[in-house]
Amino acid sequence: MAANKIPRHEMPCQDSKVRAHNFEEVALGYTKEMAVEEAQRCLQCKKPLCRTGCPVEVLIPDFIKQIAEENFEEASKVLKIKNSLPAVCGRVCPQESQCESKCILGIKGDPVAIGRLERFAADFGMKTKKAEMEKAEPSGKRVAIIGAGPSGLACAGDLAKAGHAVTIFEALHVAGGVLMYGIPQFRLPKDIVQTEIDTLKQMGVEILTNQVVGKVTSVDELMANGYDAVFIGTGAGLPYFMNIPGENLNGVYSANEFLTRTNLMKGYKFPDYATPVKVGKNVAVLGAGNVAMDSARTALRLGAENVYIIYRRSRDEMPARKEELEHAEEEGIQFRLLTNPVSIEGDERSWVKSLTCLRYELGEPDASGRRAPVPISGSEFEIEMDTVVVAIGQGPNPLVTTSTPGLELNKRGNIVADPETLMTSKPGVFAGGDIVTGAATVILAMGAGKKAAAGIDAYLKTK
Amino acid sequence: MYRIVKKRLLAQGIALLEVEAAAVAAKVEPGQFVIVRVDEVGERIPLTVMDFNREKGTITIVVQDVGYSSAIITTMNEGDAFQDFVGPLGVASEIENFGTVVCIGGGLGIAPIHPIARGLKDAGNHVISVLGSRSADLLILEEEMRAVSNEVVIATNDGSAGVKGFVTDGLAKVLSEGHKVAAIWAIGPMVMMKAVVEYTRPLGIKTIVSMNPIMVDGTGMCGACRISVGNETKFACVDGPEFDGHLVDFDLAMKRLAFYKDEENRAKARLECHHEGGHH
Repeated sequence: MAANKIPRHEMPCQDSKVRAHNFEEVALGYTKEMAVEEAQRCLQCKKPLCRTGCPVEVLIPDFIKQIAEENFEEASKVLKIKNSLPAVCGRVCPQESQCESKCILGIKGDPVAIGRLERFAADFGMKTKKAEMEKAEPSGKRVAIIGAGPSGLACAGDLAKAGHAVTIFEALHVAGGVLMYGIPQFRLPKDIVQTEIDTLKQMGVEILTNQVVGKVTSVDELMANGYDAVFIGTGAGLPYFMNIPGENLNGVYSANEFLTRTNLMKGYKFPDYATPVKVGKNVAVLGAGNVAMDSARTALRLGAENVYIIYRRSRDEMPARKEELEHAEEEGIQFRLLTNPVSIEGDERSWVKSLTCLRYELGEPDASGRRAPVPISGSEFEIEMDTVVVAIGQGPNPLVTTSTPGLELNKRGNIVADPETLMTSKPGVFAGGDIVTGAATVILAMGAGKKAAAGIDAYLKTK
Repeated sequence: MYRIVKKRLLAQGIALLEVEAAAVAAKVEPGQFVIVRVDEVGERIPLTVMDFNREKGTITIVVQDVGYSSAIITTMNEGDAFQDFVGPLGVASEIENFGTVVCIGGGLGIAPIHPIARGLKDAGNHVISVLGSRSADLLILEEEMRAVSNEVVIATNDGSAGVKGFVTDGLAKVLSEGHKVAAIWAIGPMVMMKAVVEYTRPLGIKTIVSMNPIMVDGTGMCGACRISVGNETKFACVDGPEFDGHLVDFDLAMKRLAFYKDEENRAKARLECHHEGGHH
């Protein structure tokens, strides 16, 4: 059979009825046979367009070729050349809008399942001995990285490969950033993240946890204390609220809090783990991005009976990945679209009792090109609710930026960085990821981390 | 790991712990707090700072056995260590020479008022401290507070020491003596802080309170600690913990504190069960 006639292999998943009640990983991963067959679908294009869709330019046809030839160990090594966290990316990247969207097979049929193959190869590499990474001679230069999230980790990996001494300062008690506190266990098992971080440590990257830069030290102090460059990758860690009445009632969470309690603090194992998290019978998640889907699916697993996604636009405008939407729907998440909350009502103890919403209809396209939601007057209705999770986005956390004089910010409080080098207005200080772009994806942050690593490497060579 | 170098029981169920945390000790200022985690399964618990020693690199905290994690912490001993110890967090107290100031500490609130009183005294203020507790045997840090105050007034609910009544009665005594008080710091249980701000509101005396709501990360990332100040939502961890007490919505803050009461009781009951020789 010609390569493009083999159908794309579906990802084996836990049954939706079972998985809705556990925190085990939803997607089970390809078997060797599936991976080899899927890899054989790849046309090995001379000019691989898939790579142009990848923010970190993974050597996609090359690693897929190794899988097709059953050299799985080699495949994982090839992956790691460009991507220091492949097991993470194979799980959480929006491949359908990146590499896979460029795949030639996608024109007439289904593209190669690049993300699933990436996950397969990375997991294989993890189970066997560590893929050795080439490291340059020590440069004698020291770089401080603020934040051990996707951008900081990617930046650290490339800088360590280039021979620089890297120290990461992380505010929380574990490294990983959003990979640990935000993305749920059932989508990204935490031991996978830990293994990827351990690999970085083996490369000599030093990670100091419990270090809140802006409080215990500062960018200027790091520069004065012998660091030759600093990378700021502090992410989008400031939750937005709707600013509607009732948002401070008991039972209203920011998605950050809800997910942090569950993932980072392992609230789903309370009381074996001491941090509680609670949901009632009815849970409303406000918003329709990936964070909203994660929150909704988490609420279901914590025991909620009815979980609603409340979103003022329609299905077509929902920013979440299609796969996440489908998974959520299969598990029984209920979508209340063209619906916008106007207030949250509480009982006499100030606990959430209900949510009042207004129905919307789609009008003319707005500035974003999407049809603008227009409220239908007099359409208010009330739904009984015990818990409300606000998942409408995050802004830049100001702890580092406000403690760094001379750092240029834009109107929204994001750091302004040179688009090529990612150097900020302060010489030797670089920034990337959500703190520069506003809340985006793991892979875009990693791409920025790698770009900054190149910028830092070039900068250090001039010193 | 962050080792406990000194432990002292201040009263029944109240322990003072001096902890090695050099980086925090180098930077902490009066009014700031730390977050600790006992072990791998522990909660992140915000605790106020009672004292710090920059030379020794230690932070002193005072913990009362009131909940699950605080029950564990009060049984920790010298040589034991915290898994995590983060800080300094929050904004430092605005300390300057105001003239005469009153520092009110109620119950465990005497611990965080201590470095603030010292800072105010060092800045040249005439510091009058009002210390309150239910009874004389629960009054903590009296000696330490005398060392950083010009005058000390004590109030106990049962009258076993000082004025019989509440800290507001102690404050009334201070004001009746004709002091021109420029500012008041009041730290203690929410009900106490609320009583103080209601007392000082008609008098127009600036009153600063330190809020200790439920927190998780302590860096502004989760918003669990939001409180309403002047009808605006603030995050106590990064905007505070100190706020103008006359603008704080204490009723809301108190209700929010109760959110995890059931879980807290459940966890604590389990802990006590473990302590009773493993009868599950």
